[in-house]
Amino acid sequence: MAKLPKYILLLVVVLLPFAIDALLGRGWVRIVDFAMLYIMLALGLNIVVGYAGLLDLGYIAFFAVGAYCYALTGSPHLALAFPQLFPDGLHLSFLVVLPMAALLAGGMGVILGAPTLRLRGDYLAIVTLGFGEIIRIFMNNLNAPVNLTNGPQGISRIDPINIAGMSLNATQKIFGIALPSVHLYFYLFLTFAALVVFVSHRLERSRIGRAWMAIREDEVAASAMGINTRNLKLLAFAMGAAFGGVSGTLFAGFQGFVSPESFSLMESIMVLCMVVLGGMGHIYGVILGGLLLALMPEMLRHSVVPMQQALFGRIIIDPESLRMLLFGTALIAVMLYRPAGLWPSPVRRRELLTDEME
Amino acid sequence: MEIFLQQIINGLVQGSVYALVALGYTMVYGILGLINFAHGEVVMMGAMISLSVLTALIGIGLSPFLALPLSLTLAMAGCMALGYGIERIAYRPLRHAPRLAPLITAIGVSIVLQNLAMMIWGRDYHSFPQLFSNHTHQIFGAIISDIQLIIVIAALCIMAGLMLLIHRTRLGRAMRAIAENQHAAQLMGVDVNRVISITFMIGSALAAVAGLMVSANYGLAHYYMGFLLGLKAFTAAVLGGIGNLRGAMLGGLLLGLIESLGAGYIGDITGGFMGSQYQDVFAFLVLIAVLVFRPSGLLGERLAERA
Repeated sequence: MAKLPKYILLLVVVLLPFAIDALLGRGWVRIVDFAMLYIMLALGLNIVVGYAGLLDLGYIAFFAVGAYCYALTGSPHLALAFPQLFPDGLHLSFLVVLPMAALLAGGMGVILGAPTLRLRGDYLAIVTLGFGEIIRIFMNNLNAPVNLTNGPQGISRIDPINIAGMSLNATQKIFGIALPSVHLYFYLFLTFAALVVFVSHRLERSRIGRAWMAIREDEVAASAMGINTRNLKLLAFAMGAAFGGVSGTLFAGFQGFVSPESFSLMESIMVLCMVVLGGMGHIYGVILGGLLLALMPEMLRHSVVPMQQALFGRIIIDPESLRMLLFGTALIAVMLYRPAGLWPSPVRRRELLTDEME
Repeated sequence: MEIFLQQIINGLVQGSVYALVALGYTMVYGILGLINFAHGEVVMMGAMISLSVLTALIGIGLSPFLALPLSLTLAMAGCMALGYGIERIAYRPLRHAPRLAPLITAIGVSIVLQNLAMMIWGRDYHSFPQLFSNHTHQIFGAIISDIQLIIVIAALCIMAGLMLLIHRTRLGRAMRAIAENQHAAQLMGVDVNRVISITFMIGSALAAVAGLMVSANYGLAHYYMGFLLGLKAFTAAVLGGIGNLRGAMLGGLLLGLIESLGAGYIGDITGGFMGSQYQDVFAFLVLIAVLVFRPSGLLGERLAERA
């Protein structure tokens, strides 16, 4: 990646939505937009799982916190809950909600992590698993007596993201080039993804990042070297959660609609799969994992369904469960045969190899 | 008062199922120090297998008194094979790998089992066949049905049997020895791999029984039931002190009671703001509270009793 001149890479990325639009159709630009969201999520989880070695199974809950944050403050919905206070809802700007959501999600990460981080990693996994489920129960049930989340129906009519007076939900002309909404979101998500990559990259090389990796490899040794393991683990957890919150906000604005269904356990597991399959702790590996897994359902839909119809005349295995089956098998296979992932970081691969030799 | 008693009864019935599942978690944890995430899905498979065999046998006109044990045996056999396979494929190769690795394979196994079940049995709820007229008994105004009575008694018998197995037999001694120190046990001539396999199989057999009990109690089974059940049973194991058999039983019963009383009274406590739909939140709150205040669980100190 580093060998290509940067401006060529930039040009390719900038032209990408147009190329996809022309070759595959506009629907695929939307799919790629979603893939970018997933990549952001996966990079956030990578901080927790990949760098600090803490297994978080309820990561999607932080995504949900961010999404609902924007859904509540950026839609007419609050008028239903508090008609006197907000007669036509609170329509906060996206740029105001973004830091709020990041802080809120990060704070929740700290609250959740604090009781478990003193204990062994397995407990954290279970607690986060439970937390993900609890958040969903609350989202599903907080429609009475005060209608806060609108229950299973979810919140719709969320304001589209608006930047510098320009709504991203309509085709905009920039320098005489008409940019459809999906293209605009592509560039927005690209900016954020690049930001996340940048932050991850800087973190990895920083004192904090090295401390995280020391904790991941051997917590006792790390604390003997003077690392405050508890605070650093909390920081990893909060940071990952904050990234999740930011992606959630973007998701709500892009989709214009949120419901508890989007935040099921399977989504958490899918993000985890991206990190594990791609290569825990390796930014490019995680991006590859995110891209692969986010595009896979579409590819399956376009390949498996017609294939089954041609072979058996009907659909025997629906692509959704086939996808999950493949994920599950892939998780097992990767852990058994390629524990550092498909595209591991060179350092990590070396570490795992020496582990085997011992 | 009647409502209170009724909630106690419901809690005990639910709690004995949790206890059986929690035993599976705790036995594996005691021996390997590993949380068998896939255990909840084994319970689900047990429920689905026994239910479909039962329905088929009743369908060909077999007497329920013959069909029930037969389906249970088949489910237990299936689950034991499953437990053995899971340990062999997903855990054994990773016994010396970093801690994260077996956790991730366990999640993989759960997903695979869940989706296999969905492919085999579909997304629908399967209802438990009406086997015999389910009499109900009145105790001080509260109602307990035959099935519930059987569940509690059977669970207690199984737990007593398990205690005997662990404390009175050669196999049990081998299990305790491995829990104490795997290498030392190996040097003393214990076939560690075999004992670990057997432990997984016993846990899975208990899971099959629990699965049948849950579906009989609620009259329902479906492919997604294992997740929440597993989470709660794990909470029960932690509450009692993970790795401790008596702790798992105590924790299971306690958690059942907490849940049932909590769901029964949450409406009154919060002035109607929250209702019984928040029942599932209690297990989680208990888990957090235990981890904060007493991470070793209620009976966690008596390490000598670890199985």
